[in-house]
Amino acid sequence: MSVVDIKGLTKRFDGGTVALEGIDLSIEEREFISLIGPSGCGKSTLLRIIGDLIQPTKGTVQVNGKSAAQARADRDYGIVFQDAVLYDWRTVSRNISLPLELARWSRHRRAERVKEMLDLVELIGFERHYPWQLSGGMQQRVSIARALSFDPALLLMDEPFGALDEMTRERLNLELLRIWEASASTMVFVTHSIAEAVFLSTRVVVMSPRPGRISTVIPIDLPHPRTAAIREDPRFFDLVTRVREALHLGIDVDRQLAAPSREATS
Amino acid sequence: MSTAPVVVQPVPRGTLAGRVGKRMVDWVPALVVLVVVLVVWQESIEIFHIKKFLAPQPTAIASTFWADRHELLSAGWFTFQEALGGFVIGCGFALLCALVLARWRGLGRALMPYMIAASAVPIIAFAPIMNAWFNPFSKGSKMAIAAVLCFFPVLVNSLRGLTSVRPESVELMRSYGAGELETFRRVRIPTALPFIFTSLKIATVLAMIGAIVGEYFGGAFTALGVLINSRSTTFQFKEAWAGIGVACAFGIAFYLAVALVERLALRGVASTGD
Repeated sequence: MSVVDIKGLTKRFDGGTVALEGIDLSIEEREFISLIGPSGCGKSTLLRIIGDLIQPTKGTVQVNGKSAAQARADRDYGIVFQDAVLYDWRTVSRNISLPLELARWSRHRRAERVKEMLDLVELIGFERHYPWQLSGGMQQRVSIARALSFDPALLLMDEPFGALDEMTRERLNLELLRIWEASASTMVFVTHSIAEAVFLSTRVVVMSPRPGRISTVIPIDLPHPRTAAIREDPRFFDLVTRVREALHLGIDVDRQLAAPSREATS
Repeated sequence: MSTAPVVVQPVPRGTLAGRVGKRMVDWVPALVVLVVVLVVWQESIEIFHIKKFLAPQPTAIASTFWADRHELLSAGWFTFQEALGGFVIGCGFALLCALVLARWRGLGRALMPYMIAASAVPIIAFAPIMNAWFNPFSKGSKMAIAAVLCFFPVLVNSLRGLTSVRPESVELMRSYGAGELETFRRVRIPTALPFIFTSLKIATVLAMIGAIVGEYFGGAFTALGVLINSRSTTFQFKEAWAGIGVACAFGIAFYLAVALVERLALRGVASTGD
């Protein structure tokens, strides 16, 4: 059974903008899926629809055989945004334990799990720090720990490393892979970066704008576990090139479609 | 990778005494200003031959205060109780309204224009009416005035705080399966606390003003506003000034008490500079 099953999904916003059209996508257990595409291709919208934060106009989203709303109520989602969105008045530990408090875990179990999570994201020693005392990369690791703390079946990440510098980003990419391999989660990861998408994913979903649709799905057959050395592998470059070409194809088609209408209006 | 806390500022933890000590140093410039003002006041009355009964010297006010201290302080305490009662009622009601209006935004859009209009009512005009509605010699009539004065700033600030939450914070709470109530308790209210405390500090001062203004339009003879009013209409300006000083002292103490609660409540929050 697929973890995520999207059929005939369309999203039209109130202003009439068609953000997504005719999306069909099926994600298997323990996959790492990247959604990549230019701004306005609806990749963040798609992520939010999967997470039941936005309702689709048409089509269905099934998560673990349930509706997205039911999956959200069952706490099947861990979400990480581009900004860490930590709660400033809570320490690192208490940020990580917030979802557990809401799920009515006992104090003892919470403390144990928080410690595991801190260990996983290598933040032991920062339990009592407040978010504003951490660097951007550390904040994002807390955010990931918080999203993973309650073992969600599906981790939804919306450009989580987009605001970080390249060095931190590459290091966190490696960490994320290690975390993904250690956990049982399925990942849906939105990104702008071709290299990041190829490095992390089992499949890269390339999207094109106006209206947002899936133009190609490229399987990434790089071996696991992946190391930094893979970034210099010829196969890695081949796949990066393929994703890049697929992206440009989508954009060029968009340009051609847009061109006549632009002339007509001028 | 290393987990050494190299890039991290240490948690600012000082002893209470240490922090108070630092505050003392912070207050030195303000104290200097106070002393200079008092000295200039004292001396200029002498030098420019200003009529002392119109503008009494600080030393004269101080000695008047000392002579009448029992009467003045008990009057101050009486008025402070009125201000405190009004503060609790007005702020409590404002916080309740803010919670309701933040939860049901449509209601806010319907009611806010009237609340803004109500806040424009001059309190001076309102005070005699409150005295007429309630027994003018009771504390209740003054509490009503103080409460009306406190209500609006607390409502507006709290509402802004409750609704200035980042959408992602709320989305996260939804993804944790949290309901509306949990989201208020764990995200909206903590986010709003700095806003709320700012308005509560404003309200302390307003409550004292409200109580005293109310007393100007009639009140018990044991009230500070009545005392100041009767002394100044009988040209006992030294006594009036001493009364004003007591009113200020209670107002400042009230403000500082709320500021202390704020400091304790917002220990973890980074920017609470005031």
